[in-house]
Amino acid sequence: MSVLAIVSLKNGQPTKGGLEAASYAAAYAQAQGVEAVALVAGPMQSDGGLGATGIVRVLHCATELSDSSQWARLADAASKECGASGVVLTHDHTGRAIGPRLAVRLQAGMVSGVTELPNAGAVRKNVFSGKAMADVEVSSNTVVYSVTPNAFGVRDGGGTAEVSAFSAEVGEARERVTGFDPASADGQTPLPEADLVVSAGRGLKGPENWGIVEDLAKALGATTACSRPVSDIGWRPHHEHVGQTGITIRPNLYIAAGISGAIQHLAGVNQSKVIVVINTDPEAPFFKAADYGIVGDAFEVLPRLTAAVKALDA
Amino acid sequence: MKILVCISQAPDTTSRIAFTDGGKTFDSTGVQYIVNPYDEWYALVRGIELKEAHGGTVTTITVGGAVCDPVIRKALAIGADDAVRVDAEPTDAMQTAELIASYAKNQAFDLILCGKETIDHNGSLVPAMVAEMLDWPFIALATHLEVEGIEASLKRESAGGTEHVKVNLPLVLSASKGMAEQRIPNMRGIMSARSKPLNVEQGEAAAMSSVRQFSLPPEKGACKIIPADQAEELIRLLREEAKAI
Ligand SMILES: Cc1cc2nc3c(=O)[nH]c(=O)nc-3n(C[C@H](O)[C@H](O)[C@H](O)COP(=O)(O)OP(=O)(O)OC[C@H]3O[C@@H](n4cnc5c(N)ncnc54)[C@H](O)[C@@H]3O)c2cc1C
Ligand SMILES: Nc1ncnc2c1ncn2[C@@H]1O[C@H](COP(=O)(O)O)[C@@H](O)[C@H]1O
Repeated sequence: MSVLAIVSLKNGQPTKGGLEAASYAAAYAQAQGVEAVALVAGPMQSDGGLGATGIVRVLHCATELSDSSQWARLADAASKECGASGVVLTHDHTGRAIGPRLAVRLQAGMVSGVTELPNAGAVRKNVFSGKAMADVEVSSNTVVYSVTPNAFGVRDGGGTAEVSAFSAEVGEARERVTGFDPASADGQTPLPEADLVVSAGRGLKGPENWGIVEDLAKALGATTACSRPVSDIGWRPHHEHVGQTGITIRPNLYIAAGISGAIQHLAGVNQSKVIVVINTDPEAPFFKAADYGIVGDAFEVLPRLTAAVKALDA
Repeated sequence: MKILVCISQAPDTTSRIAFTDGGKTFDSTGVQYIVNPYDEWYALVRGIELKEAHGGTVTTITVGGAVCDPVIRKALAIGADDAVRVDAEPTDAMQTAELIASYAKNQAFDLILCGKETIDHNGSLVPAMVAEMLDWPFIALATHLEVEGIEASLKRESAGGTEHVKVNLPLVLSASKGMAEQRIPNMRGIMSARSKPLNVEQGEAAAMSSVRQFSLPPEKGACKIIPADQAEELIRLLREEAKAI
């Protein structure tokens, strides 16, 4: 018996989400007294640091796959090979495309976006876009879980995992990837994985004013985000839109400047560990959801914060 | 082109979320239901645009009871040609997907368009399950779709950017922001929706998961206000007190 983590690679290394899935799988396996195994596909150096998360064995498929149907077949074969009673993925595009396909193949119940380890036969996830939580029970013998980014963290126990070559009949690729546009030229952490996020709303008045937002983000090493109207009117790209109908995030720190804190916005960000709100209006609803607040003009406050961050590291 | 759009209903985004029955049941008292935004704004509208450009039909499918009929009529008012409702209480993704897949199986659809997720369950599960059940390709989080003959060109959200991908029809996708612009139904649409076919089908499938208990997140403590002229103090607090930076 085992728990199998499906780990995606980027530039030959597990992604942060992949390491989180591995950490979750290792902790879940440990709780049940079974082995933690990881499956990777594509070139990877030694164990890719997966042993440190508590993974004991890595099944390494040398061929890179991007097709969800091929991945599901590979993961199906891997879970049979290691007798998996649970399969863990990240709740990103892989967890959304591969996980449900695999669940169908394994005839396993799947719970997506889990935030904690299973407890007394149920596993917790966010529902109603972060406005509530649900403890979900699965009735099948095998379960598939996808873990919410930044919810569980990466374990670092210092072990190494045994790597063995693995392959399976995965059929033909049907998707042909023809191009890639990076979200940002300067290598910001993708929003769902970011620990630190600086976000701004209509209070910034226009796209030409975003320099002060980007400066603070840069000083902190944070990723930039925005409210929905800001991306709707084209001040910022769609992939920065957070909230109920955008991306749901749970960074360590979320700084919101010139955002009123509408219920649909809060839904996507209220799981952030620390929330800072900067708004000229002391009555802005966002202050009710904040840990720290500054009642003031973003045009004055943001540059001061940037300077203070730079002074901190000087 | 024969297009199927999966439409679910969801509580309005401003709904107060509460539970009854000791946290076992969603309290729908006073809750207004809407078409799940991802299904309406992106999947349905793109389906209608493709039909307008290439000809064909747009059928919607909903798994749910008669309570869903108003949101189905809304989808018809926006421009779908006809609708199917599989008369079963949606319990989990596996069951819902199986009901959709068994309806779609013998209908020769070219495209099945779904939303990225429902804003109540936040599953993001049904679309890929439908694809696997039909053994079709699946594109998650699609932000762009063009069809040329049997080839679809898409963009999708992926790690750190947008991936361009081509795939042959038939195809299932889940639609995300960018795919289309919201359409407000006009008077003619609303009038004609009343007479468009809404066919009710029977179906049965097994669920594999269920919610044992709902709960609400803990209340936030009071917000600490820092005077604007001492903004630097915030950075000190974030490092020393909150340990966030
Ligand atoms: C179905 C539906 C789904 C939605 N989904 C989302 C979603 O996913 N995400 C989302 O964000 N919204 C969403 N919305 C929109 C949401 O209801 C709000 O309209 C939106 O979040 C408001 O954006 P905002 O805070 O940037 O702008 P506003 O509400 O206009 O607020 C601007 C704020 O800036 C402050 N301000 C002005 N000048 C300054 C200054 N110089 N310095 C500091 N502060 C200043 C003002 O006091 C105000 O509080 C959705 C709405 C609907 C109906
Ligand atoms: N009951 C349902 N009836 C029809 N389509 C559904 C239903 N539930 C989910 N879907 C579709 O599947 C998508 C993802 O739903 P979910 O997996 O529940 O997050 C939705 O955006 C819909 O397009």
